[in-house]
Amino acid sequence: MTIFIPTPLRAFAAGKDAVEVSAGTIASALDELTAAHPDLRKHLFTSEGKVRAFVNIYLNDEDVRYLPAKEATAVSSGDTLSIIPSIAGGC
Amino acid sequence: MASTTLPVELPELTTDELSRYSRHLILPEVGEEGQRKLKAARVLCVGTGGLGSPLALYLAAAGIGTLGLVDFDVVDASNLQRQIIHSTADIGRKKLDSAEEKLKALNPSLKVVKYDTLLSSANALDVLKDFDVIADGTDNFPTRYLVNDACVLLSKPNAYGSIFRFEGQASVFGAKDGPCYRCLYPEPPPPGLVPSCAEGGVLGILPGLVGVIQATETIKLILGIGEPLIGRLLLVDALNMRFRQLKLRKNPECPVCGDHPTVTKLIDYQQFCGIEPESEKRSLVKNGIPQVSPKDLKKRIDAGEDLFILDVREPFEYQIANIGGVLIPQNDIAQRIGELDRNREIVVHCKAGGRSQKIAEYLKQYGFPKVENLAGGILAWSDEVDPKIPKY
Repeated sequence: MTIFIPTPLRAFAAGKDAVEVSAGTIASALDELTAAHPDLRKHLFTSEGKVRAFVNIYLNDEDVRYLPAKEATAVSSGDTLSIIPSIAGGC
Repeated sequence: MASTTLPVELPELTTDELSRYSRHLILPEVGEEGQRKLKAARVLCVGTGGLGSPLALYLAAAGIGTLGLVDFDVVDASNLQRQIIHSTADIGRKKLDSAEEKLKALNPSLKVVKYDTLLSSANALDVLKDFDVIADGTDNFPTRYLVNDACVLLSKPNAYGSIFRFEGQASVFGAKDGPCYRCLYPEPPPPGLVPSCAEGGVLGILPGLVGVIQATETIKLILGIGEPLIGRLLLVDALNMRFRQLKLRKNPECPVCGDHPTVTKLIDYQQFCGIEPESEKRSLVKNGIPQVSPKDLKKRIDAGEDLFILDVREPFEYQIANIGGVLIPQNDIAQRIGELDRNREIVVHCKAGGRSQKIAEYLKQYGFPKVENLAGGILAWSDEVDPKIPKY
């Protein structure tokens, strides 16, 4: 499954714009991602392990917060996870 | 279909206008009635920079009756790579005046209302209240949240666009029954995590793409046609030329637009975004790191003090301009910390003082006893010590 890495976080993922993982749920996919790129962890998660409020995780085009099983939702190889942080540029 | 509240009596079109807008009039979705709605409409453009430039120009071209412009900035040469409403002759001029001139040249019937001010909690409700649609073209998080909250409190739709390097986002927030910005992002990122265009760079065309999307959404809202981006986040990836859309839901627990709002007044958005007030910024010590001004650093270097100047910018920045510091880019500091001598006085610098402050704090935590930060970075050095150092 592909996890899309947004521009502001690519520096912490060795410059990659997408990372392949083989995990079976959203939570374990994110764990696999941060295990491979530990610097990402503090940008994605609070110290209590929750996703930070300025970052949204989407499974395909749905916000994970609104999925019935949230991060425990099962994923398949054709799915994608997108990390969408807030950006403010406009100047 | 979403639309705005316009006066019942729509203004008539003049003969010139019937001719000017003929390409709109022959579109069934617009027609004479639609064009009269555009003429009656009042749109506020917050920011006349990257996003504001194409946004305001296309709204003026489309026949919007009144455009409000909010900007306190002055045109700088580095703006001209993307802020296409301004020209070389405008360098040094107020953006508001430059923008007004171009907009009225394009459309002399346009009424322009200028707000030469920093939008703040003190004035936002007053500024926004007389407009039908707000188009947010600002460049920082505190103002984004301010505009969002003000729009929700005033029930005004917010045609939102934002950019970063090669990526953009667009949506419509604050529409009736639609989500607001806080539904998507309840909290801002910590200051310094997401660089501004000045620090991170931006592909010049990007605000063009996104600004025109905002103008499109604004026009659709006024005309009441098509499907606006309410409840959708459009993601633009200019590098790969991919457009995606994600579903946005209204958060019933949103503190501003939810069922039981807790934010019923505008707040201190600088504080909300974790930005320290100005007076602390100018103090001599920040988070335990002494701040040195460029003038003081120069004095100390000239006096022969043994200082280790650590430049934490990227190699391409060093090539553009440097003050002879030792270059270790910020992301390499952790691996190369062995190259730094704990016993020396280290002055850390970057472009504007933000990255270097973070690295200075990191070194201090790591046990380096003598670390200082060059306040204002190489930009301030160019301003105060050596104007031959190019600014970028």
